[in-house]
Amino acid sequence: MTDRLESREKVTGEARYAVEYPVEGVAYAAAVQATVGRGEITSVGTEEALRLPGVLAVLSCENAPELRESGDAELALFQSRTVSYRGQFVAAVVAETLDTAREAARLVRVEYASEPPDVELRADHPGLYKPEKVNPVFPSDTAQGDADEAFAKSAVRVEATYTTPAEHNNPMEPHATLAQWHDDGTLTLYDSNQGASGVQKTIAGVLGLEPSQVRVVSPHVGGGFGSKGAPRPNVLVAALGARATGRPVKFAVPRQQMFATTGYRTPTIQRIRLGADEDGHLDAITHEVVEQTSVLQEFGEQTAVPTRMMYKAPHRRTSHRLVRLNVPTPSWMRAPGETPGMFALESAMDELAVAAGIDPIELRVRNDTGHEPESGLPFSSRNLVACLREGAARFGWAARDPRPGVRRMGRKLLGTGVASSTYPAYMRPSEATARAEPDGTFTVRVAAADIGTGARTALTLIAAEALKVELGRVRVEVGDSRFPKAPVAGGSMGTSSWGAAVVRACEGLRGKLNGSVPPEGLEASADTTDELKGRDRYARHAFGAQFADVEVDADTGEVRVRRMLGIFAAGRIVNPKTARSQLIGGMTMGIGMALHEESVMDAEFGDFLNRDLAQYHVPACADVRDIEADWVEESDPHLNPMGTKGIGEIGIVGAAAAIANAVHHATGVRVRDLPITPPRLLPRL
Amino acid sequence: MDSEATPVKAEITLRVNGAEHRLDVDTRASLLDVLREDLGLTGSKKGCDHGQCGACTILVGGRRVNACLALAVAHDGAEIVTVEGLAEDGRLSPVQEAFIEHDGFQCGYCTPGQLCSATGMLDEAERGWPSAASEDLRVDPVLDDDEIRERMSGNLCRCGAYMGIVAAVREAAARREAAEA
Amino acid sequence: MRPFAYERATSAEDALRRHAEGAAYLGGGTNLVDLMRLGVELPSRLVDVTHLPYDQIQLDPNGGLLIGAAVSNSDLAADRTVREGHPVLAQAVLAGASGQIRNVATVGGNLLQRTRCSYFQDAAKPCNKRNPGSGCPAIEGEHHNLAILGHSEACVATHPSDMAVALAALDASVHVRGHAGERVVPIEDFYRLPGDAPERDTTLEPGDLVTAVEVPPLGMPSRYRKVRERASFAFALVSIAVALRVDGGVVRDVRLALGGVAHKPWRARRAEEALRGNPVTEEFFLRAAEAELEAAEPLRDNAYKVTLARNLIVRTLAELGEGT
Repeated sequence: MTDRLESREKVTGEARYAVEYPVEGVAYAAAVQATVGRGEITSVGTEEALRLPGVLAVLSCENAPELRESGDAELALFQSRTVSYRGQFVAAVVAETLDTAREAARLVRVEYASEPPDVELRADHPGLYKPEKVNPVFPSDTAQGDADEAFAKSAVRVEATYTTPAEHNNPMEPHATLAQWHDDGTLTLYDSNQGASGVQKTIAGVLGLEPSQVRVVSPHVGGGFGSKGAPRPNVLVAALGARATGRPVKFAVPRQQMFATTGYRTPTIQRIRLGADEDGHLDAITHEVVEQTSVLQEFGEQTAVPTRMMYKAPHRRTSHRLVRLNVPTPSWMRAPGETPGMFALESAMDELAVAAGIDPIELRVRNDTGHEPESGLPFSSRNLVACLREGAARFGWAARDPRPGVRRMGRKLLGTGVASSTYPAYMRPSEATARAEPDGTFTVRVAAADIGTGARTALTLIAAEALKVELGRVRVEVGDSRFPKAPVAGGSMGTSSWGAAVVRACEGLRGKLNGSVPPEGLEASADTTDELKGRDRYARHAFGAQFADVEVDADTGEVRVRRMLGIFAAGRIVNPKTARSQLIGGMTMGIGMALHEESVMDAEFGDFLNRDLAQYHVPACADVRDIEADWVEESDPHLNPMGTKGIGEIGIVGAAAAIANAVHHATGVRVRDLPITPPRLLPRL
Repeated sequence: MDSEATPVKAEITLRVNGAEHRLDVDTRASLLDVLREDLGLTGSKKGCDHGQCGACTILVGGRRVNACLALAVAHDGAEIVTVEGLAEDGRLSPVQEAFIEHDGFQCGYCTPGQLCSATGMLDEAERGWPSAASEDLRVDPVLDDDEIRERMSGNLCRCGAYMGIVAAVREAAARREAAEA
Repeated sequence: MRPFAYERATSAEDALRRHAEGAAYLGGGTNLVDLMRLGVELPSRLVDVTHLPYDQIQLDPNGGLLIGAAVSNSDLAADRTVREGHPVLAQAVLAGASGQIRNVATVGGNLLQRTRCSYFQDAAKPCNKRNPGSGCPAIEGEHHNLAILGHSEACVATHPSDMAVALAALDASVHVRGHAGERVVPIEDFYRLPGDAPERDTTLEPGDLVTAVEVPPLGMPSRYRKVRERASFAFALVSIAVALRVDGGVVRDVRLALGGVAHKPWRARRAEEALRGNPVTEEFFLRAAEAELEAAEPLRDNAYKVTLARNLIVRTLAELGEGT
C-alpha cells in the first residue's frame, strides 16, 4: 500500500507538465482548423494575421517545410492542399503571446473548393470494406464450423444489434508540446505523451533527423487513455513553429480542437447472434462489426476480437468492416476493441440469460473454457469464474429476483446487472538500466511513462524487490527519451514490459555487485527482446466480473449508478493502492460510456458538435457514488518475472454492459444504443 | 485596423500567495495565463479554458473561482491563493495530506484545482451555504458524501479518482472540525 | 479574442456613458469571456459593472426581495431570506453551473447568458442568433436539447438559465437603467421568443443596464427540479419551477415555469389556469400538463421533452401537494 511516489509534487503544484517548463524567449502557437469537411485549399490569406503586432509567423501548406512520411498520414502537417475532414489543422500562427496567436489564427483566411463530406457511419454504407487487419494485427474475420446453421438450429437464440457512439478520450491535460531547437540542430520536446521513445522515433523520422537528435521529456503526463499513445499533429505545430521563428514554442491544443485532432474511439454498429441449447450452452456465436476510419489513414478497432476468446462454442464467426469517411482518424481509447465489443457481447449474454431463464452468472460459468476457443491455446490462467463467484458473494447476488421491472423505491426503479471483463496480457520488449550509486542508493532508468497509472511507483517497488533493498534507496526515473528505450504506456502492458526489463537490469546489477560500489557507480542494463521471443505459447488474458446497482427515475429516465463492484483476476497486483485507483478509474469511465459519453457528428458540416466539456459529458463527482474494485489472488508462472497481467484497461471493459443490464433489470427496457440518456430511455419507460 | 489590432495593456497589482506583483497585462489575458505564463506559477492547470473542468480553480479573496474565465485586468488588487500557496512553510494542508492518503488523484492534472476547490468549498460549507444536494434549505446542511460530491462536481477528473477525492475531502472536513472543536 | 479596452464604471450613469457601439458590460464574465474566446462575442470595449453598488439583497416588510444585479449567484443562493421565503429561487441557482462559477457569476449576468446551442457557439457555422440571416442548421441538425415550444423557423434555441426559470414562476421583474431612465420590466416581457429576430434574447435596448431583480413575496411552498444528462454540472434538458398553495384539497394558487423548452423561461399559464380551483390529484395535474403542452411542436429528435415536461409537471406538483 505505497503512496504514489510523486504525490507531494502533484499536490503542491511542483509537478511540471509539458508546456510548463521555463525556457527563455518562448513564443506561442495557435492552430487554424479547416472549416470544410472535404475539399482543396485554394488560398491561405495571412495578411490580416501578419499585421497584428506580435505575430511572428504563419505556417500552412503554402510555406511549410517538407516533411518525411511516417506511416501516419495525420502527421503530414501542412503537406497538402487537400482537406480530409473538418477541423483538420490547415495553418498555424506563432506569436509573442497566446492571446495574439489565437486572435491571429482567427484572422487567417483560408479559402477552399469544397465538396459535401461523407461523414455518417451506416451499416449499409456502400463504401464498407474488409480491412486486411484490425488493431494492431488481428485478422479482420474469423470463422469456425457453420455458425449460421448452428444458430438456426439452436433452442434459445438472441439476435440483436448494438451501437456505441464516437467517444473522446479527453485527458484533463490537453495534448501539449513545448519545442525548442538548439544551435547544433537538435530538438527538445517537452511533450505530453504515453511513450517518449515512440515520440522520439516518429518525430525524428518526420523531421528527417536521427532519433538521437530529438529528446523527448515527459516526466509527468496529465492522462492519455490511449490518445497520447502516438504523437499527434500538435507536436509538429510546435516543432515547425519553433523552427520557423527560431524561438521555443508552446502549443497546447485547445479543448475544442482536441475533438478533431487528437484521436477518439470509432462509433460501432455490432450485430450479435448467440445460439444455445436449453441449458444455455452456446452452440453458435457471431459478431459482425461495422465501424469507421478516415480517408487519410486506416484504423480498424478490433471490436469483435474479445468474442474470439471469451466463451466456448463450436460454431463461430467474427468480422470487421470499415468505411473511409471524411472524419478524423479514430484511434486508441482505453481498451480499444474490448470496450465496445464487450458491451455488445455481454449485453447479448444478458439477453440470452433472460431468454433461457438462466441466471446470468450461471450462464457465463457454463460457457467458461480452459482453452482459447479459436486458437486452441491453453489459457496461462483464467479466473473468470472465480471473479464472478467472489463478486456475486460480495455484491449479494444470491438474493436477486431475476424478474425485470419489479423493484420500486418511490418513483425509482431499481435493478442490478453483471458482465464479464477481459483484457489481453500483452508484453513488448523493453530496455532498462540499473545503477548502484556510491552513496548506497540505486537509480533505475527506463523511458516509461507515468500518465497517472502509478507506473513510477510500481516500477520502484519492482526494482526494490529485485535489488532486495528497501524502497527508499531506489529512485526510478521515467519519461525521458534519453533513458533506455521502452514501449508505450498502452495496451495495459507498461508494468509488465518495463518491469521485466527493470528486474533483469537489477538482477544483472546484483550479479556485478560484490560489496563496494566504485566512485563512478556501477551499472547494468537489460533488454528483454530475446527473452520475449522464447516464451511458451499460451493465451494470456486478465479477466474480471463487474456488478452494477442502478436506479432509474420512472418520470425522467435519469439513470444513477448506486453502486458498482469489480472483481478482477489480473495476475499479481504490484501496488494495491494505486491499482485499486486505476481499476476504479476504468469503471468510472465505464459509467461515462454507459450513461453520458457521445460525440455527436454534425451530418451537415462534418465535425463533432459537442466539442467541449460542457457538452461532452464525462462523469462528474456526483455521478460516482460507490465504486469498489478488488481482485482474486492469481499466481500465473507464464507471464513475466513479476507475474503481472496489467490493469490499466480492464476496469472499463464490461462496465457499460453491467450498467445496461442493470437498467434492463430495473425497467424491463433493453437499451442497445449507448449512452443511456433520458432522451433514449424515457420514451421507452 | 492597427489601433484595433494592437493589444491593450493595463497595469495591475496582484497579491499571489502573499507576494505582491505589479504587472502590465494584456486586457485579454486571463488570470490563469498570467499566473502560468507571466508569474511562472504553473500549478494552476488549463484543462478547457472555458470554466467547464475546474482544473484552473484558485482562491480569489478566499473564494474558489475558475482562473481561466477571470480577466486579469478586472482583478486589480486581488488577493489570490493558488495550489502553490496551500502548504505553509513546507507543511502540507490537511486537504493536501488527505488527498495523498486517499489517493485522490492519478495523473495529477486536475489535482491543483481539486485542492483549491475543496479548500474553498469547506469554507462555504462552514458558512452554512447550501448546495443542490441539500434537502431543506432552511437549515445548514451537514457535509455528508452526497453534499461533497455535488459541491466538488465543478472539478472533473478523467482518471476517475472521485472515490478517493470524496474520501479525502470527508477526512479533511473532519480534521478541520476536530481542530476547531 | 479581439483586443479590447477595459474600463471600470463608477456609477450607472458612467456605465451608460461608456457603453458605446461595440461595447459590452462585464459582470462575472463566466459566459462573456467564454464566448469572446470562441470568437462569438467580439466587443471592442468592456465596461466592468461589478463595482457598482448593486451587490445587496434587500428584503421588504412583505417578504419581497430586491436583488442587486451584481449579487453573485452563490450569495443569492446562500441568503437566508431567499432560502426561507423563496426556496425555489435558491434551488434553481444551486442547480446551475458549478460552485466556482456561481461564486463569480452575477444575477444580471445569469439573466443575460446566451444559449448553449452548439451551432451558436461555433463561429464558423451559420446561426441566425449569432449572424442574422445566415440560417439555422439546428432545425435539421442536432437539436435533441433544443426547443419544443415557441420556436420559429429562424431559431430553435433554448435559454440556458435555471435562475430565470424560478424568476419567471415568481412573477419577478427586472430593473433596467437605460438612456431614457429607469424602468421595471416584468420578466415575461424581458425575455422574448425568437420570431424572426433571434439575435435578440431580450427586449433590452443597446446600453441598457440591468440593475436589480425584484421578486414579490411568495408565501407558499415551492420547488425547483432539473433533469440533465449527468448528475451535476450540466445544463437542463428540462427543468421546472413550481409554487403551490393548497387549501382543503384544492389548488388555491399555483405558479409554474419550465426551463430548457423554449427561447425563454416558459411560464406555464395554461397549466396554472387548469389547476386553479381544482382538486390536488394526479388526474388534474396531468390535465394541466397536457393543456400546456398542447402547444408543443417538438423537432425530429426532441419529442422526449414533451413527455419529460409532462412528467415533471405532474410529479413536482404531486410532491409539493403531498407536503401541504
